[in-house]
Amino acid sequence: MDMVTVYIMGREYQVPAGLTIMKAMEYAGYRLIRGCGCRGGFCGGCGTIIRKKGSYKLTVGLACQTVVEDGMQFAQIPYYPPHHPDYMLENMEPTAEQILKIYPEVFRCLSCNSCSKVCPQDLRVMDYVQAALRGDIAKAADLSFDCLNCGLCATRCPVEIVQYNVGNLVKRLYSRYIAPADDRLDKRCKEIEENKVSTTLDGGFNATLNEMTQFDKKKLKDLYNARVKEPGESA
Amino acid sequence: MSYTNEMRESIKKVNATRAKRLHEEYPQLTLEERAKILSAFHPDHKDEAFRKITVGPSKGEKAPNEFVDVLESYPLESPDEIDLNTIDYDVDILIIGGGGGGSAASLWAHMNGANVLMCTKLRHGEANTMMAQGGIQAAVSETDSPQIHYLDILGGGHFDNFPELVEAMANDAPGIIKWHEKLGVMYDKDEKNHMLIKHGGGTSRMRMHSARDYTGAVIMRTLKDEMENRKIPVLEYTAAIDLLLDDEGKAAGALLWNMETKEYKIARAKAVIVATGGFGRLHIQNFPTTNHYGATADGLVMIYRAGVKLAFMDAVQYHPTGAIWPEQIVGLLVTEKVRGLGAQVLNIDGIQFTYPLEPRDVESAKIIKECLEVKKGVPTPTGNIGVWLDSPLIELKLGKGAVKKNLPAMFRQYERFGIDISVDPILIYPTLHYQNGGGMINSDAETSVPNLFLAGEVAGGIHGRNRLMGNSLLDINVFGRRAGIAAAKRVKTVDIPKKLTFNHVKKYVEELKSAKIPEDRKSPVLLPDYSRIEKRVKRLSIF
Ligand SMILES: Cc1cc2nc3c(=O)[nH]c(=O)nc-3n(C[C@H](O)[C@H](O)[C@H](O)COP(=O)(O)OP(=O)(O)OC[C@H]3O[C@@H](n4cnc5c(N)ncnc54)[C@H](O)[C@@H]3O)c2cc1C
Ligand code: FES
Repeated sequence: MDMVTVYIMGREYQVPAGLTIMKAMEYAGYRLIRGCGCRGGFCGGCGTIIRKKGSYKLTVGLACQTVVEDGMQFAQIPYYPPHHPDYMLENMEPTAEQILKIYPEVFRCLSCNSCSKVCPQDLRVMDYVQAALRGDIAKAADLSFDCLNCGLCATRCPVEIVQYNVGNLVKRLYSRYIAPADDRLDKRCKEIEENKVSTTLDGGFNATLNEMTQFDKKKLKDLYNARVKEPGESA
Repeated sequence: MSYTNEMRESIKKVNATRAKRLHEEYPQLTLEERAKILSAFHPDHKDEAFRKITVGPSKGEKAPNEFVDVLESYPLESPDEIDLNTIDYDVDILIIGGGGGGSAASLWAHMNGANVLMCTKLRHGEANTMMAQGGIQAAVSETDSPQIHYLDILGGGHFDNFPELVEAMANDAPGIIKWHEKLGVMYDKDEKNHMLIKHGGGTSRMRMHSARDYTGAVIMRTLKDEMENRKIPVLEYTAAIDLLLDDEGKAAGALLWNMETKEYKIARAKAVIVATGGFGRLHIQNFPTTNHYGATADGLVMIYRAGVKLAFMDAVQYHPTGAIWPEQIVGLLVTEKVRGLGAQVLNIDGIQFTYPLEPRDVESAKIIKECLEVKKGVPTPTGNIGVWLDSPLIELKLGKGAVKKNLPAMFRQYERFGIDISVDPILIYPTLHYQNGGGMINSDAETSVPNLFLAGEVAGGIHGRNRLMGNSLLDINVFGRRAGIAAAKRVKTVDIPKKLTFNHVKKYVEELKSAKIPEDRKSPVLLPDYSRIEKRVKRLSIF
């Protein structure tokens, strides 16, 4: 096994080459409590600060997604004090003024791009903050979509913007106020509420949902086998 | 770290057969052939991997050995040493587990006037819910109806599902999507502003809603954001380790444990909702898993000690395509969409041995057979074995760039480890994905223990013996909502529990003793320990 030397919060350990930072910590003997959630690059819970051998530069990464290198030093940031003012979505407007009222620090964005440079998802963080500032909420929502809320951007921001919370806000504003509501959905909900969804199943059978719960297995199997798959794309 | 030289040799064969395979279709199995392959190779049919539970309300039922081990275990606490007179948290409703089920329950309980407290083992949202990519089902189109959804769910579950739970789920589904729309969950929509809907495995109508390939994460973060705004308190890094009942046997709270200071706390509540998710991290039959770090069946252990029966614990869902290389991502999900877009499944010689879109259990069994019996799998240096999923074929079918465009999260995942899946195939093997079974509930999500409710993967019966994709994100919302509403209604009429007791735990311990269960076995597991054994044996507990 090829081994490399890493420094976990400054302390030296030999670990097999090719491990992620998370698995290297476990190999070294840690039993993680913080800084380890999904273990698969989805929860953003494992943000880590990294200095590669001989480099003057600090980099960051997700511990579950970053492979160790010889001479690497790192420390996890299991918690970064967040700033989350309260708001109720139902009393809001999808405008720049609204965003600035909640997060006035967005005004102070220097366009330094430090946030985009550290994003482990390679998002254009600064661009979505700037879009929010312009009131282009659709664009801000689109650009921030893949954000994991790891918070690494916020650790680097010289003007203290909590970018990921701005991203969460614009996505919610967009979906509630800008994307028009699905009228089909309203119709279906009303039908259900009024108990009016009787349906003709494939094979010409008519039944309400509640009646179907009384059918025996044989009947249900027959109905199931009579289904005709609607043509269309798979998810 | 990309592929090894040995793997590269096999990839050459995959490349060499690709053009020829472009129009080659591997035949689907008949129903009889499916049954045969399942009984020979599906892990659920491996008798020695299961045993009968010997204590408690589901005594005599079969379940995987690893799960029976944690069920037949002594509590972490010594019940007599816990001070039950000092109440640290006194609330209407205690919600255990901060995933989608627990969060939906918290919101609905709060909206219905209850005073709610959530505790969760990791960070709020570090949960299986966050990892769901594919989508969530609801019958909203004109060609669809809750009735047809009902049939699809039952067919998927081999018709063993509990009818009243399926009815609840199919009926509530459109309302859940509507609720999400209002909450600002960013679902994909089409040019008519309708929800974009697609098929999923086992659906006869298109009803899979999605938020790109981060559906679960987008739902989870929205629910979490809403909870923050409503100031619903959440205790993070706080595990529940046993339930508390009153002297009449009704749910009355839980014993909580601060995972950092190691101190215990007593939470008293008029109703308790358990939403602790599944058991993937028990690594049933040594399988790797797609599940988050905290999926260790804690809730099942706690409710079982309190007297709740379990259903379908012997039906485990393996996803046919889990990553088996590179080592860093072993077990992680490779979404079904890769096959949906046209990727074939190939052995070491670059030859097809299965129709790529058989039902999940059948596809898994065929892959296991190819590796273990036919011995045409691709070995990895860490002792695993896998088969190829030919993602570059998608580029050949749909044009250059199709992989990156249609599978951004997948592409990114592999790119991080030096593999370009638009050029090289993906090495896969079945992975432990979902707990089909769980605790028994009624359509209000209440268990046989009064004032004890369940929401999410911890509950059983909704999906029968097999859950279809997209019905789990749905079920956690449907039963989270129902649990929240029913519990909020209940607490208006019940008094604060007068006495907190561990009587049920003590009784269970007696049963364990008479069954001669070794006394060093303790549960719930809380978190797996992935450190090496040689490190563990030298640990001293001094502080
Ligand atoms: C990779 C992946 C992809 C998936 N894709 C889909 C999909 O596309 N569509 C779909 O419908 N379903 C999908 N599923 C299934 C679905 O995501 C889950 O079944 C569902 O989200 C479970 O929700 P839950 O709230 O019950 O549990 P979870 O979301 O797992 O939440 C449980 C929470 O409880 C906490 N907890 C556990 N024990 C304790 C304790 N003792 N004390 C306190 N807290 C505790 C856990 O840490 C966790 O935070 C997928 C699952 C995975 C893993
Ligand atoms: S542990 Fe979830 S992103 Fe790393």
